[in-house]
Amino acid sequence: MSKFLEVKNLSVSFPTEDGVVLAANDISYSVDLGETLAIVGESGSGKSVTNLAVMGLHNPQRTQITGQAFINLESGPVDVISAPTEVVRRMRGKTMSMIFQDPMSALHPYYSVGDQIAEAWGLYNSGSKRDGFARAKEMLDLVGIPDVDKRVNEFPHQFSGGMRQRVMIAMALVNNPSLLIADEPTTALDVTVQSQILQLLGGLQKEFNMAIILITHDLGVVAEVADRVCVMYGGRIVENASIDETFYNPLQPYTVGLLNSIPRVDKLGSHRLSAIPGQPPSLINLPRGCAFEPRCQFASSVAGNLCKTTNPNLDEKSTDHFARCHLSTTQLHQLLAKNESGAK
Amino acid sequence: MSENILELKGLKKHFKTTAGGFFSREKAVVKAVDGVDLTIGHGETVGLVGESGCGKTTVGRTVMKIYEPTEGAMLFDGEDITHLSRKDMKPFRSQMQMIFQDPFASLNPRHTVGTIIESSFIIHGVEPEGGRKKAIQDLLDRVGLNPEHINRFPHEFSGGQRQRIGIARALALRPKLIVADEPVSALDVSIQAQVVNLLDDLQKELGLSYLFVAHDLSVVQHISDRVVVMYLGKVMETATTESLFNSPRHPYTKALLSAVPIPDPKIERMRERIILQGDLPSPMNPPAGCVFNTRCWKTQAKCFTDVPQTVEIAPGQTIACHFPEPAN
Ligand SMILES: Nc1ncnc2c1ncn2[C@@H]1O[C@H](COP(=O)(O)OP(=O)(O)OP(=O)(O)O)[C@@H](O)[C@H]1O
Ligand SMILES: Nc1ncnc2c1ncn2[C@@H]1O[C@H](COP(=O)(O)OP(=O)(O)O)[C@@H](O)[C@H]1O
Ligand code: SF4
Ligand SMILES: [Mg+2]
Ligand SMILES: [Mg+2]
Repeated sequence: MSKFLEVKNLSVSFPTEDGVVLAANDISYSVDLGETLAIVGESGSGKSVTNLAVMGLHNPQRTQITGQAFINLESGPVDVISAPTEVVRRMRGKTMSMIFQDPMSALHPYYSVGDQIAEAWGLYNSGSKRDGFARAKEMLDLVGIPDVDKRVNEFPHQFSGGMRQRVMIAMALVNNPSLLIADEPTTALDVTVQSQILQLLGGLQKEFNMAIILITHDLGVVAEVADRVCVMYGGRIVENASIDETFYNPLQPYTVGLLNSIPRVDKLGSHRLSAIPGQPPSLINLPRGCAFEPRCQFASSVAGNLCKTTNPNLDEKSTDHFARCHLSTTQLHQLLAKNESGAK
Repeated sequence: MSENILELKGLKKHFKTTAGGFFSREKAVVKAVDGVDLTIGHGETVGLVGESGCGKTTVGRTVMKIYEPTEGAMLFDGEDITHLSRKDMKPFRSQMQMIFQDPFASLNPRHTVGTIIESSFIIHGVEPEGGRKKAIQDLLDRVGLNPEHINRFPHEFSGGQRQRIGIARALALRPKLIVADEPVSALDVSIQAQVVNLLDDLQKELGLSYLFVAHDLSVVQHISDRVVVMYLGKVMETATTESLFNSPRHPYTKALLSAVPIPDPKIERMRERIILQGDLPSPMNPPAGCVFNTRCWKTQAKCFTDVPQTVEIAPGQTIACHFPEPAN
């Protein structure tokens, strides 16, 4: 069974003065209608670059893209990587839409929000300006903007951060896309407003059976909304599993480290946080071996210096649970058990 | 030595601005901080939380005397510093230091790490034992940086390392109180834990007190002994970390805690959220009565007319609300 979006061996690199930045490296993932895939990873791990490629938003002159990204439409699959620019342009907004951390980057400062939403609607619908405006009001109402008749004529700067994010969602969804890519949509918002927006997205997803890709670095947000998780590190996917497998049975030392390093509001206690030492790799000179090796506490347990010399494959360690690590599941579990008994 | 390193009594900081844009003549007042009581004991960490714009940074900057307080009193180790002149502040300046959110903007890009830290010594005319260079190298070592990197520039370091430079600079004069304004907010998750641990260790070793300003409640919970919750310039609740997180009594605290996602999907599926409607009102035009009344789900007539007084609802736990939540 093929899913709605299937990304296969996608790589994106940027030639720069310092060398080639391999920002996304052999990425594969898929997401189906009605499903939420979370992509997590630290700053610079390649989350945005990967998904901008799916949207066809990279500058072709300055970007090298290889691999495929199939959108399985009723009329048949379209590979948005190899499809002509014009085809992808016409899918943008209609088949797939993207929202960003900073709504001001997507909204025009000098047009009313009503005009902007109506214009986005007009790209795919033949209707009068009045129809477009009516549709804009409908969308603003749908995303919970109060007092729509008045606010539809206002400009982006007249809205608060959370309200702007709602406006951007209204604009992204005006043509009922099947896939929504949300790139850190709540990172700049307060938690109270974040939960409003996440609740809104969840409701809209149910109503319209959308596939959602949520890019975030917040594992709490992931736990709240995702069905499936891809963890990225150094431009690669290092773990890809269901939400519960990711949180309760992580099989890649970076994922394990991340989960252990975050404090939780529901667990009181002044235990020391188990930080991951060191810092993320540069994407220009990736190590030959596993990109996480310099920070990995388990690398020395792998025989023959393998972590230093060979990049591990993204193996299916158990059914539908993929991880990039030389350690077998049994070995990792033994090492984790040893750590735990050592801590006690 | 006084009981508390810092005591704020009814602290207010109001800013005069032009309402309605640049060309408007109408003057308005932003009540950024509007009557804050807060104490920090020696060696204690007090977390200051609340949504963006509620006045956290303004409290921190007023404590540092970057801003002149509008009203109220500030005592540092028992001494009234509220209206001290720049000159009279000097002996106190070295005892309180600030760490900033943005490790990129707070370090001069044209200065080496050594020069950046040395400037603290120069400004305060301090000659450390064993010389400045040795002192700087000790500081770098202390915050987990390579002492040999003394001649490197800020751009040669990662975000987490730059934050360590900021911490080293703050420690140079052996302060008693550190005001840390969102010190880990700009850092990646895996780096946040490193910096939080460093702040923990330094406190244990040097007996520092922290005013830890942040909007991330998980980090605040981890690092603080007590927590102060602000909303629109006012304190809603103050309690020990344990009471605040286990038994919040102010409706706002409860809503704020319930909005924090927990990195545990099973818990998230079971969780009932209180979703606050709308946004923070403008501090230029705060609601009458209780400032939280536009978003609170418990309002009754009194909330719109009477400002709730701060009362001690349990030992060490104070709130300002007419209709507190029951204890857990
Ligand atoms: N146009 C470009 N030219 C050169 N390098 C780029 C370009 N765009 C992105 N990069 C690099 O690609 C890498 C991945 O970037 P990307 O924006 O995907 O990160 P991210 O995971 O989204 O991070 P963040 O959490 O900070 O948004 C980074 O090292 C970035 O500096
Ligand atoms: N220098 C200033 N002049 C005018 N208004 C200010 C100034 N600094 C802060 N404010 C306002 O005071 C309020 C509180 O701001 P701040 O203390 O920065 O909040 P926080 O740190 O909690 O996000 C905000 O409404 C902000 O716009
Ligand atoms: S005083 Fe009223 S409005 Fe304010 S928090 Fe309490 S119940 Fe809510
Ligand atoms: Mg990004
Ligand atoms: Mg602030």
